[in-house]
Amino acid sequence: MNTTLRALLGATALCATAGIGAAQDNVTLTIATVNNGDMIRMQGLTGEFTAANPGITVEWVTLEENILRQNVTTDIANQGGQYDIMTIGTYEVPIWAKQNWLVPLEFDDAYAVDDLIPAVRDALSVDGKLYAAPFYAESAMVMYRTDLAQAAGVTIPESPTWTDIMTAAKAMTDKSAEQYGICLRGKPGWGENMAFLTAMSNSYGARWFDADWKPQFDSAEWKATLTDYLTMMNEYGPPGASSNGFNENLALFQQGRCGIWIDATVAASFVTDPKNSTVADKVGFAQFPNKDGVDNHGNWLWAWNLAIPTSSDAQNAAKTFIAWATSKGYTELVASKEGWRAAPPGTRTSLYENADYQKEAPFAAMTLTAINSANTQKASVQDIPYTGGQFVAIPEFQGIGTAVGQQFSAALAGQMSADDALAGAQSTTLREMTRAGYIK
Amino acid sequence: MARAVTRNARIGWTIAAWAVALLIFFPILYTIITSLKSEQEAIAGFDLIPSFTLESYQTVQSQNNYWRPFMNSVILSVGSTLLALVVAIPAAWAMAFSPTKRTKDILMWMLSTKMMPAVAVLVPIYLIFLRTGLMDTRIGLTILLMLINLPIVVWMLYTYFREIPGEILEAARMDGASLRDEILYVLTPMAIPGIASTLLLNIILAWNEAFWTIQLTTTKAAPLSAFIASFSSPQGLFWAKLSAASVMAIAPILVLGWFSQKQLVRGLTFGAVK
Repeated sequence: MNTTLRALLGATALCATAGIGAAQDNVTLTIATVNNGDMIRMQGLTGEFTAANPGITVEWVTLEENILRQNVTTDIANQGGQYDIMTIGTYEVPIWAKQNWLVPLEFDDAYAVDDLIPAVRDALSVDGKLYAAPFYAESAMVMYRTDLAQAAGVTIPESPTWTDIMTAAKAMTDKSAEQYGICLRGKPGWGENMAFLTAMSNSYGARWFDADWKPQFDSAEWKATLTDYLTMMNEYGPPGASSNGFNENLALFQQGRCGIWIDATVAASFVTDPKNSTVADKVGFAQFPNKDGVDNHGNWLWAWNLAIPTSSDAQNAAKTFIAWATSKGYTELVASKEGWRAAPPGTRTSLYENADYQKEAPFAAMTLTAINSANTQKASVQDIPYTGGQFVAIPEFQGIGTAVGQQFSAALAGQMSADDALAGAQSTTLREMTRAGYIK
Repeated sequence: MARAVTRNARIGWTIAAWAVALLIFFPILYTIITSLKSEQEAIAGFDLIPSFTLESYQTVQSQNNYWRPFMNSVILSVGSTLLALVVAIPAAWAMAFSPTKRTKDILMWMLSTKMMPAVAVLVPIYLIFLRTGLMDTRIGLTILLMLINLPIVVWMLYTYFREIPGEILEAARMDGASLRDEILYVLTPMAIPGIASTLLLNIILAWNEAFWTIQLTTTKAAPLSAFIASFSSPQGLFWAKLSAASVMAIAPILVLGWFSQKQLVRGLTFGAVK
């Protein structure tokens, strides 16, 4: 499909979704968002939206993720009405929807809500109502160096086990050449090392809480999770890994220092980008590993979503913008301007059926497999009282997750043993859950 | 021999002074160096030699409008400082020249308001701003920044005023000066170095304030602190861009500090009548 035709198709679909907005008079939308590549691109394309909706002006507030979370939480909890659209994650959506802080979203047929990937749609719905529209979504998967694997004589299957990963990581490690078999998150934080370790624990059959909300860090599954994580990182990982988060590991992988990196699927577009990655044409993909005998691939699912707070006084215009920014037409528009690799991933089935996208994004099939296999309604193979994949969807999780993440990061830094870290995590979580009233 | 020892000591002290100065300045220097690197270089590790690329500055310029937050920073810092001086000069005068037995307690109470973490009063202040329509307004933030820095301004001015002999003011009164004349034409000129250093310090404090200016603004009144906060990315490399935004944000206040350092040091170290 040539560029002109794509642009025409995009414009047609955009007009369809933006048609309601054309009738609106002089509304200013204030949109809070994070500084991610896809979000910045959307800001750059705002002119296309305002041209089709002359009565709507768009003002952007871009903030660092934690500051954004603090700001929008303060605003929405106090019904401040400062923002008409908020960029929020899959963690906030169900919690805020249950508080009646978000406007349920209903779109017309042109929006094709059924085209949203079911796992993502489910994660953003409460009682069957959609409360936020996904702008881009991700699961987690294995990214590995095909050349190093071949040189080391190891194979990583499409659906590897942790044993496969450990074997491959060991074979690919050459610390004298600053070549590390595996790079994983170690920086403490509920959205940093605990996102990875929670997903890893799911794949080991562990769970955060039993049916009575009692913490489970004293279980054999959590011990196996943390022990194997520390073994991999200490023996095959880079030095100073307790300070490494997504961005640090991205840089290490792009510089060719990592044999395997297991992280968010969105990283695939960065590591295969020849402009920034020295290993762009040497990257293979596989599903998030599982432990032998445990049918669970981590259940990592995250999306940055656009939602309308009930305190907004421009809800119709906000809905018009969201319908535009998360539409198929927007994806076409991005593709026509910057190519299919730049299309926001993970939200629509149609993107993964598109031959042009498949051709430009070698990671497309594995990304879709990863997202489709994520079950955020039941993240563990054991009985659990909570939802959420790489997090627990309760308001207390930010604090508890970060406190536990600090214990595990300290264990990685060699400041305490795995047993001490697990004992610390258990007592901290038990105390906080009791204080919050979950445990009577 | 004695001269040699003196010279050696002087060289030693000079080296030590430069080392301490470099140590204090190093975070700013490294921010400037990082802003001149590519994103890959910036995250690669500790390296003092950048590739001298201006790519990050170009990206920062193209992504965000610098001048609106810059103007907001100027208006908020200068406005809140002038407002604070208008309130603090009479207050400091009263406490310095007509003290009561509770003056010390009042000064301590004022200072104690700085001891509470800002986040502890976030919700009440947020609600006041919300209900009074001050949210995301320059006037609201000017008043708030004035109140935040007022204890320090009063303390500093009180210290300067205390060093001015009361007899001079008495003489002015005997010559028929009114209270207004006494403050405006006698006290203020004598305390100019102190007032100038207080003014400069307060501008710097207001310029750098980041908690309230980010919490209580969205688009209209957001200053450079919010501008910096917009360049940190959870997914994607950002250190060079963040450093470039930081350099652009601190450059004006660095220049101001550089040109006014003589007055600033004199005001902070000398008394009013020396």
